[in-house]
Amino acid sequence: MPVRKLALIFLLTFLSLILVLPPSIPVRIELLGIKTDKILVRSPLALKVGGLAFYRDLEIKLGLDLAGGSHLVFEADVSKIPQEDLTSALEGTRRAIERRVNIFGVSESTVQTSRIGQSHRVIVELPGVKDTRSAVELIGKTAQLDFRELVNSKEATAAGALLTLENTNSTGFTGADFKRARPGFDSTAGEPIVQFETKDEARQKFSEITNRLVGKPLAIFLDETPISAPIVNTPITGGVGQINGNFNTSETKVLASLLNSGALPIPVTLIEQRTVEASLGAESVKASIVAGVVGLLMVILFMTLYYGKLGFLASVALLIYGVFSLALYKLIPIVLTLPGVAGFILSVGMAVDSNILVFERMKEELRAGKRWQDAMEAGFGRAWDSIRDANIATLVTVFVLFNPLNLEFLHTSGPVRGFALTLGIGIALSLFTGIFVTRTLLRIFGRRKE
Amino acid sequence: MKVSWMKLRPLYLLISGLALSLSLYSVFSWGFRYAIDFTGGVTVDYRFSSNQKPGSVETMLKAKDMEMPKMITVVAERTLQFKYGSEFDQDKAEALTTAMAGTLGEKPEVVRFESVGPALSQEILHKTYIAVAIASFGILLWVAWQFKSIKFGIFAILAMIHDSVVLLGTFAALGHYMGIEIDILFVTAMLTILSFSVHDTIVVYDRVRESMRNHPGVSLYDLANRAVSETLVRSVNNSLTIIFMLFALFIMGGVTVKWFVFALLIGTISGTYSSPFVAVPLLVTWEQIRNKFRRHN
Repeated sequence: MPVRKLALIFLLTFLSLILVLPPSIPVRIELLGIKTDKILVRSPLALKVGGLAFYRDLEIKLGLDLAGGSHLVFEADVSKIPQEDLTSALEGTRRAIERRVNIFGVSESTVQTSRIGQSHRVIVELPGVKDTRSAVELIGKTAQLDFRELVNSKEATAAGALLTLENTNSTGFTGADFKRARPGFDSTAGEPIVQFETKDEARQKFSEITNRLVGKPLAIFLDETPISAPIVNTPITGGVGQINGNFNTSETKVLASLLNSGALPIPVTLIEQRTVEASLGAESVKASIVAGVVGLLMVILFMTLYYGKLGFLASVALLIYGVFSLALYKLIPIVLTLPGVAGFILSVGMAVDSNILVFERMKEELRAGKRWQDAMEAGFGRAWDSIRDANIATLVTVFVLFNPLNLEFLHTSGPVRGFALTLGIGIALSLFTGIFVTRTLLRIFGRRKE
Repeated sequence: MKVSWMKLRPLYLLISGLALSLSLYSVFSWGFRYAIDFTGGVTVDYRFSSNQKPGSVETMLKAKDMEMPKMITVVAERTLQFKYGSEFDQDKAEALTTAMAGTLGEKPEVVRFESVGPALSQEILHKTYIAVAIASFGILLWVAWQFKSIKFGIFAILAMIHDSVVLLGTFAALGHYMGIEIDILFVTAMLTILSFSVHDTIVVYDRVRESMRNHPGVSLYDLANRAVSETLVRSVNNSLTIIFMLFALFIMGGVTVKWFVFALLIGTISGTYSSPFVAVPLLVTWEQIRNKFRRHN
């Protein structure tokens, strides 16, 4: 039933259009004396089926090369980490970096670990960050833990004084001097505490500081935020101390892990940095969109001039293809990068190719004296072999490049995968629009009077 | 339309032979100009409020005794790219803007800063080689299986190699004469062209196979002529639609994609040419050699 299929295509296109259009569209129409002044608003997609929640904000996600931002790759020096602690140490490093990145308040920043051969890496993506230098500094620092003392010693005795960076000075004892902390229990006082150790070489330093600060608070700042300010009761000379302060067990756990995260479990060094100013990214996106539209119009013009009504219908199918692609990019969602755009362009080319193959076959059948309707059906039937063989060959390439099995000797991240993803989606969609949509359109609108 | 395409094989051999030898000459005598993606290093793009000449900026830097870049190139309007070694960092890049502001009377803005460590750089290239090798083998198997003959697969891959060599040669020459670098986007373009080339070849081969089925007595030579005639319009039209898109992008699509799009353009043209005029003639020639060999036995 071609009519039913047409209705399905129409419905799908309509739904996709809703997804593709911007979230709010002002509508101002004055028609026959009736004024409409409304703003059509599309809310984000939020579905809940059973326990599964599905949420999409329906924005096109642009990669850093298009939207601007920073892509940072850190190499982790795992040479001093025992093999059995490696996984947890890497995960700890990732979390610590993530927490540091969050200080910048960047939305949608990502922190991932990746392993290439013997090299372990942490990849940080910061969309739209202007001040990459301080981000790099903050992430790469091995110690963000800072032990500070109050500047004004009069305030020092006042309990509960608000501690800030302004009213405190660093004691010079930092995360680099700190070894580890763990939650413990003080059996004499009968309360949970946090035990900590300093590094051996910093023992002397810590002893001097605590000597000086007896009866005063020693404020512990993590990434410039105070996390604890214990009062020094006795000088700590042996490099091992404890913090008590009416904690419960879970509080000591949190404090210990905060203290530990101050020092990255594994030291990292920056090995790659790509920072694109947002304005530059926006420029190339704008230029590429204009160019894409012009190119598309040329394709439509060419198809219509060369193949007449058939070409026009194929162009309609091509536009539907474009709408479907964008809708899918928003639904999946796909982060669109420059190589991704290349994959899309190639798939557009292959979608048009399916149509041209069919039309050329149709012409042959018509030349052989077949009726138009028969020629059309035969054209689709015969062209199918070529379309299938050619597209599967491309899918083989897509499969290897996308590397869904995460094989280590192939690309596991990065631009090549982005390319493969949009190309793969494009081919799958083009088989659908090139065959199903175009054929249905031709069956209904292409009919010629015999 | 009855054209004896296969009669013109010496011409195709001449064209492809010329293109291939020029390409190989370019690749081997000049090599490539690798972007920092592959060599490691730092590039900084400065945007000025007016057009600045690389030469005068260089003289200014020298006069002020500032850290000299390895190269300064114009990458876009009002934008110059400085290339440094890996030790250059973002602080230095910012410091340069202030220094330049003193002499040039305007403070440029850092619009792009890229730094790639040397260890990282070769890895992408290495993985791409492996990926291409595996993909080629996969395609070869698929084509051989689908066409029930290994030779279709092998010649499709040979045509694909033809297109890759032409593309590589073009960029070696562009690097030599215009300083165009090959970067990770070029690798993507290369992969795109590999897919396109095979895609296009299969369509033509498909016609040969179909004619073989429908006309069992006819020689491959005649079948090939027929298949090329039948698919030529389709090939040209299809490539034209892709070329329209690419051409628009090349002219208007912004700096970041310009040479990437150019690589795709070259590849599309070569890929379209190679299907009827490299892949099919190879098939026919192979068949003739084999027949001669058989007759002698």
